[in-house]
Amino acid sequence: MPELPAQPTPPTRIDNDHGGTDMWINMGPQHPATHGVFRMELALDSELIVDAISHIGYLHRGSERLFENEIYSQIITLFDRLDYVSNFNNELVLVMAVEKLMSLEVPDRAEYIRVILCELNRIASHLVFIGTFALDMGALTPSLYTFRDREKILALFEATSGARMMHNYFRVGGVKQDVVDDFPQRVNSLLGELERGIDEVDQLLSHGEVFVERTRGIAVIDGETALDWGLTGACLRASGVAYDVRVDEPYSVYDRLDFAVPIGTAGDTWDRYYLRVLEARQSIIIVRQAIQQMEPGPIQTKVRAIARPPKGEVYAHAENPRGDFAVYLVSEGGESPYRLKVRPPSFCNLMPLRDLLIGHYVADAVVILGSLDIVLGEVDR
Amino acid sequence: MEIEQGRGNTPAESPFQRVMPGIVTASTDEVFALARKSSLWPLTFGLACCAIEMISTFMPHHDLDRFGIVTWPTPRQSDLIIIAGTVVKKMADPIKLLYEQMPDPKWVIAMGSCATNGGPYYRSYSVVMGVDHIIPVDIYVPGCPPRPEALMDGLLKLQEKITADARARKLG
Amino acid sequence: MTTEEQGPESGPDSEAKRPAPITAPKGRRAPDAPTVEAALTPSGEALAALLPDVLAPFELEIGADIDEVVCRVAPEHVAEVCAALKSDTRTFMKYLRLITVVDYEENDQEFEVVYHLYSLEHQHKMVLKARVPAADPALPTVTTVWRGADWYEREMHDLFGVVFSGHPNLVTLILPDGFEGYPGRKSYPLHDYDEW
Repeated sequence: MPELPAQPTPPTRIDNDHGGTDMWINMGPQHPATHGVFRMELALDSELIVDAISHIGYLHRGSERLFENEIYSQIITLFDRLDYVSNFNNELVLVMAVEKLMSLEVPDRAEYIRVILCELNRIASHLVFIGTFALDMGALTPSLYTFRDREKILALFEATSGARMMHNYFRVGGVKQDVVDDFPQRVNSLLGELERGIDEVDQLLSHGEVFVERTRGIAVIDGETALDWGLTGACLRASGVAYDVRVDEPYSVYDRLDFAVPIGTAGDTWDRYYLRVLEARQSIIIVRQAIQQMEPGPIQTKVRAIARPPKGEVYAHAENPRGDFAVYLVSEGGESPYRLKVRPPSFCNLMPLRDLLIGHYVADAVVILGSLDIVLGEVDR
Repeated sequence: MEIEQGRGNTPAESPFQRVMPGIVTASTDEVFALARKSSLWPLTFGLACCAIEMISTFMPHHDLDRFGIVTWPTPRQSDLIIIAGTVVKKMADPIKLLYEQMPDPKWVIAMGSCATNGGPYYRSYSVVMGVDHIIPVDIYVPGCPPRPEALMDGLLKLQEKITADARARKLG
Repeated sequence: MTTEEQGPESGPDSEAKRPAPITAPKGRRAPDAPTVEAALTPSGEALAALLPDVLAPFELEIGADIDEVVCRVAPEHVAEVCAALKSDTRTFMKYLRLITVVDYEENDQEFEVVYHLYSLEHQHKMVLKARVPAADPALPTVTTVWRGADWYEREMHDLFGVVFSGHPNLVTLILPDGFEGYPGRKSYPLHDYDEW
């Protein structure tokens, strides 16, 4: 496991009085490279970052309190808006939690539809990441390519669920409606285009000299530390820890699908970036298999229109594009949950930011932040 | 075949142009309004889900450049701010500050239902019930989130509004 | 049990800006809801058998929720129990999944602090629970055990007012500075917003 680079001991900051020759600069909440409304204060010694303070909460919408006052089918709409780049994946975790609590069996076809849509959403999410990550480094062109490909995925989502982003398509016990008749053909032709698109961006960006110079060896985090911070998803796997919920605790139909989980070695920014490119390719493989295995059949279990799960507590989680997204649901037997807590992967991935930033140049700050791939809707909820 | 002057698609002869050829007269307000509406520079400022749709609108598939709309990362040189997402109480002051930093004339688009009236979070303890409680809004774009086409329509409506305002100022 | 009285809000009531005390409309909450049955996996049963041994010095109450082992401890022992669970080679709970607080103030005058733990080596998952009195919610921090507990504890301090003693930097994280009250608690009015 790689060693962490020696870092200068940071000055601890309790109040604004920091003395010395440092300069504190403020970044955000309005900053194009903070991916939303994240704010950080950086203490600089010439161009080196010696301390950093993160401020979140600029998008705290009180979702968890709202969940307690809505029925489950209404909560699905709020889940869409948590991690607003991977909406299907969020919905899946909620309906999985309720189904686990009610011990419902979901029809196979519904499961396959869910997996296909979730994996396509993972590709869409990673495309947004690749585009914005390049944008953070000043490369405008890749984002034009990735957003072009993302539009194609959104067109398929729209044909399926009726919405581009906020789908509200998964239901407790199945999905809202069956997919369009020519769904397999559409998906297959889409996959071909996506494959070409990802290859194109990969060739354009990944091994460029400037790109590698700016990302190799930057913000290294080793596996033990990453796990200690609660990092998940590509950020954890880049450090060499093979933890993927789809493999370790298979849910839905992932145990019937054959795919690889790419693992990084260096745990640096380039690894975190490149893992997502590889993951997007694996998602294409998963969707190909799922399309082949999908058979006609029912798409919804018979269940009360307004779900009323029994008393109990449940923890359900899934591998989102950003990591281990989980729901802890406490039910008192009503139509609304008693408590619904979300484990937001971005929230945990953002926590070690101070440790990652210290000792690097200020120009790398946006690159390091970008490589963590946060979505503020999920961090703040 | 001879083309008769003043018929069909040829313009009628203007005595004014005979006296001063190549001269156009217009009120300065209207000329400025034309210039302003044709090169709106919105601030790169996304709040929540709508920001992703806003980025999609700027990207090649929908391509806002053809309307002369180019994003700009600082408020000091922008003349339009698109409030794309939920405005929470913690974010209210920064938004007001951003708005005040923008030079006049400036316009505001409230994109999506959260920025319009709180949207799906209208019961929340931490959400401002519409950005118009903080700053004046010119155009409301409905939707959750609005499609890129809806945002484009909002921007075109804003362009109409800019010229209409200039005309109204001339009359008033 | 006064389960009838603490039900969730109804749709039409929500139109009012500051409604009267929340009362459950008819039919929203089943008075005699069935309880879900626990069915531990073999690995869960192995862990449940292991726990009294690993945590020998502490008083435990071991149960199960669906497929998770639930272990209740006294709040003052939380940090030591977590340290033991993380360092013991038989459990190796190195991955702290989640810290959360559940509000049982109305019925029991207590908050329940819930820790979800996972071990990558053994693929064990468990839930650790501790109850603190609502009047004085305080328990030791686990940031000394997992660094990832940092923001979770700050968030729970913001939303529920639970004090994690020993936390290095227990200041406001997600609420605006100067926010009064604890909006995560069920006693906090949901519709309490001011027109700006």
